[in-house]
Amino acid sequence: MDLTNSDRDLTAEVEELSGENIFSCYQCGKCSAGCPFTEEMDQLPNQVLRKVQMGDGSVLDSNTPWTCASCLSCEVDCPKGNDVPAIMEAMREISLRKNLDRVDLNELETKDLPEIALVSNLRKKTG
Amino acid sequence: MRDIAYYPGCSLKEAAKSFEDSALKVSEEMGVNLKELSRWNCCGTVYSLTDDNLMKQLGPIRNLIRARDEGSDELYTLCSMCDNTLKRANSLVRGEEDKRDKINNFMDQENDYEGSVEVHHYLELLRDDLGWGEVRDRVVNPLEGLNVAPYYGCMLTRPKEIGLDDPHDPTVFDELVESLGGTPVDFPYETECCGSYNTVDNEEMVLNKTQTITAGAKKSGADVIITACPLCHFNLDSRQSDLLEVAPNHKPVPVIYFTQLMAIAFGYPEVNKFAEHAIDPREVLELKTKAGSER
Ligand code: SF4
Ligand code: SF4
Repeated sequence: MDLTNSDRDLTAEVEELSGENIFSCYQCGKCSAGCPFTEEMDQLPNQVLRKVQMGDGSVLDSNTPWTCASCLSCEVDCPKGNDVPAIMEAMREISLRKNLDRVDLNELETKDLPEIALVSNLRKKTG
Repeated sequence: MRDIAYYPGCSLKEAAKSFEDSALKVSEEMGVNLKELSRWNCCGTVYSLTDDNLMKQLGPIRNLIRARDEGSDELYTLCSMCDNTLKRANSLVRGEEDKRDKINNFMDQENDYEGSVEVHHYLELLRDDLGWGEVRDRVVNPLEGLNVAPYYGCMLTRPKEIGLDDPHDPTVFDELVESLGGTPVDFPYETECCGSYNTVDNEEMVLNKTQTITAGAKKSGADVIITACPLCHFNLDSRQSDLLEVAPNHKPVPVIYFTQLMAIAFGYPEVNKFAEHAIDPREVLELKTKAGSER
């Protein structure tokens, strides 16, 4: 495993952005067991957390944080009280703060979408 | 008529206008005037989970300041996303002194806010303040024989700290349906997420959930699904008609706001504007209730 310096920073950055202690996760997998969107995810939520613990920067390419709907189901299920959706948000923020917006308003078909959908999406997926 | 301070949020003025119209009408019936804040702004729809960026907390907190400045120590919401965002922002102000100070210092044109306003969802007004007896007393068309699937979604019950009911086994909608004379049906997806904001850039993911949730309700015998969330409503109602294009065998279930159900039982079905729904509820309601069919 390649734990380069910049990768090790990932752990600290995610902790700072989320305000969570990433090492309190003991990998029980309950978050993933209850997540309603794992079929669409390329890595399970607990796998993402494990990679962040290890400082594995490749996890930033995962679609999991962008698939997460902030539904908080894992948040109520985690026996350690970890705020997994806040960790997913931190992962999104790392990209968004590099100006890597996930969604481009100009390319969206917005005409039939209610404002609540657009505002919430843009809050989560653009910087 | 008793005035209570009311924060509508953006959706209730546009996409979910019939949610507001029905709520205003049934409240009036119960002697309550939902008094809209004279100034308010968008709450941001989703609570920011980013610890180091307080800018995103200003929107919801400004609304709490408006309520306080208008002399209210309680503020009522209908949209479950607004309710969640306002409650969580309020908890932040109450619980994290350093962040509260930063926010207050930044908003130097406002008087400091310390979290004095109590935010409630309208369902809490019904359950905890007026009581189900008050609801029952206003029923003129009991919903006998109507099977209603209570769809709680995410934001009414999670996280635990601010949820208005048990996150795993909520009952407030069931109690409402019973008070209206209808039958709440147990269905397995009542607290499962609809896909939320992913409806904008990942329609397929939402369509899968729309199908799971609505078919699950149908299988449990539901005639109609109730919700308190304009985004859930879009994902379950409008997206259900998109689903029918790719899955013509899907058996649609109409999705309505809980206040629209109340309006039917209270004898004011005309406020509901059901013609605007993608899955028209009128046929099933006509079949099952005395007065549900009107408009
Ligand atoms: S439920 Fe909590 S402790 Fe278990 S794997 Fe998920 S985050 Fe870690
Ligand atoms: S908050 Fe995100 S990761 Fe957690 S259960 Fe919901 S979609 Fe899955």
